[in-house]
Amino acid sequence: MTSDSTHLFAEAAELRRDPVETRGPAPRARPAEVLNEHIVEIVSDSGEGAQRCGQSLAAIAARSGNGIWTVEIIPAEIQPPKRSIAGASGNRVRLAAHRVTNVGDEADLVVAFNEQVLLSRLHAGEVKPGATILMENCWAKDPDPAIVRAYEAVRAEVHAGGYRLLEVPMEAECQKLVPDPRRGKNMFVLGMLCAIYSLDAELARAQVRFTFAKKDQKIVDANIELLDAGRAWAEAHLDLRYRIPAPPVTEPQVVMNGNAALALGVVASGMEVCAMYPITPATSASHYLSAVFEKVGCVVHQAEDEIAACTFAIGASYAGKCAVTITSGPGLSLKQEAIGLAVMSEIPLVVIDVQRGGPSTGLPTKVEQGDLMAAIFGGHGDAPKVVMAASSIEDCFYSVITARKIAETFNMVVVILSDAALSTAQQPYPRPRFNADWLAPPVNQSAVPEDALPYDWDERTGIMTRFIPGQPNGMHCLTGLAHDRGSHVAYDPEINEEGLLNRSRKLAALQTTLRLAPVFGDDDGELLLIGWGSTKGAIEEAVARLRDQGHRVSSLHLKFLHPMPSGIDDVMRRFPKVMTIENNWNDPPHDPLMSPDNRRYSSLATLLRARWLVDVDCWGKARGKPLKPGEIEAAALAKLGRT
Amino acid sequence: MTASMSQCLLQMVRTDYTMSDYQSEIAPRWCSGCGDNAILAAMQRLCRDEQLPPEKTVCVSGIGCASRLPHYMNAYGFHGIHGRALPVAQGIKIRRPDLHVFVTTGDGDCCSIGAAHWLHAVRYNMNMTLLLHDNEVYGLTKKQASPTSPKGFKSNTTPFGATLNALNPLTVTLGITNVSFVAQAVDWIPDLLYDILSKAHHHKGFSFIRILQRCPNFMEHRFDDHVRDPSSTRILTHANGLRLKPELSRVYKNQQTHDPLDLGEALSLARLEDEIPVGILYNDPSVPCYDELRAGERPSTPALVEKVLDEEFDKVGIWPDPADAAEVGG
Repeated sequence: MTSDSTHLFAEAAELRRDPVETRGPAPRARPAEVLNEHIVEIVSDSGEGAQRCGQSLAAIAARSGNGIWTVEIIPAEIQPPKRSIAGASGNRVRLAAHRVTNVGDEADLVVAFNEQVLLSRLHAGEVKPGATILMENCWAKDPDPAIVRAYEAVRAEVHAGGYRLLEVPMEAECQKLVPDPRRGKNMFVLGMLCAIYSLDAELARAQVRFTFAKKDQKIVDANIELLDAGRAWAEAHLDLRYRIPAPPVTEPQVVMNGNAALALGVVASGMEVCAMYPITPATSASHYLSAVFEKVGCVVHQAEDEIAACTFAIGASYAGKCAVTITSGPGLSLKQEAIGLAVMSEIPLVVIDVQRGGPSTGLPTKVEQGDLMAAIFGGHGDAPKVVMAASSIEDCFYSVITARKIAETFNMVVVILSDAALSTAQQPYPRPRFNADWLAPPVNQSAVPEDALPYDWDERTGIMTRFIPGQPNGMHCLTGLAHDRGSHVAYDPEINEEGLLNRSRKLAALQTTLRLAPVFGDDDGELLLIGWGSTKGAIEEAVARLRDQGHRVSSLHLKFLHPMPSGIDDVMRRFPKVMTIENNWNDPPHDPLMSPDNRRYSSLATLLRARWLVDVDCWGKARGKPLKPGEIEAAALAKLGRT
Repeated sequence: MTASMSQCLLQMVRTDYTMSDYQSEIAPRWCSGCGDNAILAAMQRLCRDEQLPPEKTVCVSGIGCASRLPHYMNAYGFHGIHGRALPVAQGIKIRRPDLHVFVTTGDGDCCSIGAAHWLHAVRYNMNMTLLLHDNEVYGLTKKQASPTSPKGFKSNTTPFGATLNALNPLTVTLGITNVSFVAQAVDWIPDLLYDILSKAHHHKGFSFIRILQRCPNFMEHRFDDHVRDPSSTRILTHANGLRLKPELSRVYKNQQTHDPLDLGEALSLARLEDEIPVGILYNDPSVPCYDELRAGERPSTPALVEKVLDEEFDKVGIWPDPADAAEVGG
């Protein structure tokens, strides 16, 4: 890490004073400092391309063999005011010499296109003390004295904060190449960062060509020119050289974000219909799917609303292969009645919920694991359904394939929970090798036996074989009303309970097939952390650090939340202290009004306490940000009484 | 030819379905005198005359008296949730052009809780037939005003009379982009109900039929005057629309030749207050159908899925190229 690199920034003061003077003699060539990992943030006004810059940097590093994890920094509005704290838009990239599973802690290096967006990151506590900041300095000479004053104020704050500030004439340099530097600066910055991190120049050019593949050749050329200029400028003016060793790539990999992985999972699962309604942060999965699904002869239907999306998918499932609907929290709430219909009538359905902050409209672009209870218990009546959570980008891909298979085997609704921490985060993973078994079998159109019943529940498993329109002799009226084995409306108490029992049996039958994931760390110890979904990487990194320090901490990560696999209680009983780590709300136990009688626990903690009668504590945050390993580490130490 | 194949062909060419082949084992449980019985009979007659294989026929409904119809048909039925019959039917149809899809819905189901879907269903213009059983009242929940209840109608939720003018399902439907088939029928002239249903079934696109339907319990006597006085019913005839049989023509003398492509006249007819227009108000077979527009150009096969996945993975691929790794790492 950047333990002592003050000498690298000897020219910072000069840069600040006058950008032209910085074009003096090149710094002494010195070998790059070898780092294990670094976290870089690139922030700009919305529309200045910091996100594309960060994504490209990550892609180049990933192609070089580095471990990466990226997170988008997204303003809530499409066109927030320029040069505003609320408008910061960009990307955080964690680069490492090893596989990266999470967002990491605070940033080591920040590139800011103006001082206000930088301020937003500083105030959010996202920047490491003493971190390097590369800041656009055109604002120091802005004709508007208010802007100059604002810039000076932030500069003073950055110095007072002990950061290492490097002011960069990004705009002035880009102006030499393009008429509008605000639309090109990002590639200049990308070039700079490639130089700083010793990334291969040709690889970078190839990435830019790929990024602008759909554009005119002139635009591609201009961007490559900017890229090369950024690299040349950094090499000439910054004595800032890092190298993050990349272990050789031993197997083919793919790098994508969680929503793209979900979309490709839909393709790979053999589902043929996706019905959706636009909602942040789920929509980009449907965007991606819309672009590829028709190539395999399938349909993405943008319905008129969330309810229509869900019922359209149910209709498609009923008449064919299992279909999918993709949404986020508010959409899940709207779909609940329809999900209940699918449960009651035993139509397979996959519901993907890319969670965001709630309740209500909440934090549309931000991270929260707030929908677990809604996914399991959201509808009225007893409606057993399968709920599983994806814990990584790779898991997003495979979860859809698993979900489709479960849905169709058990004629059940399967909810996949992802969240905003995975949806836009990018991570490389081994390239999936296509397996035809992933796909759904052809739709059965053969005649059913004359006397067969549409709800002929198997006594051992509760499973029935659904009849699909087109199958001779299978005619029946499916209904959301209580019904008997013949699908006849039945208000008889015994028949009602027979249906309830068999729908519940299916969940139990599935449960017997589930296997608990191995404990991360030792099988016993002082403290067990339990998590679900996107927090896996951060939790396990925290546990690894704690174990390195000699603390007897382990973690368990649950993929299936409903039903849960057996054996969780055995693991919990081997640790005197058990605590869930969740990115959702729980009442602070020390609040004057909170007591053991009224404290509301995080979702998984509530479920574990109810299911296993173990005194499970919880730690979590609902700040709209991914959990960091450092804060989990601190929470675990606090739980151990060692802060 | 194997035995199963010949059996299969026999099934395909079977042309001996009778009315009873479309009757489920459940006897209709609508009130006596309910207009829904006439609609069910027309449906079954249509299926028989068109020899629709029951396994290829799907009746989709929501919630309400009208929505019980699928239970009484020997076909595939989908009795779902309130207001959502249309998106379910669209989901069924999107990959199954071989299925004959009918949606049976009521004035509450279609024009109130499911109104959004109704508007969009017209615009999608998917190949199916909607039967709006419009009795102008909520029946299953026992007499509340519906959007089509006449102003002043006293119900359990409007004890002093309904406050608002009734919504007109015909003018609404005729006003929506991509409207392709709008007709009105009445339950008390079953022959015309059948003729209209038949025209709707043969129309390629979304056929919207509003059927004025008597509710003997909660909207008693609403249509008595019209039933008694045939002159208050205006029959719309045309070479491309209905053609009245002589016996009906003798009774229903109030006739108008109406070209179903004349949208302006259709809207005028839809606004008639004292008379009930019966017939095809609008029929434009040239409107594109969403299900045809979105039909896959090729079937989804494992080979195709593998190919497309490979293409996508290639775009974001990282390969173990020793030369690259050495250059970048070194």
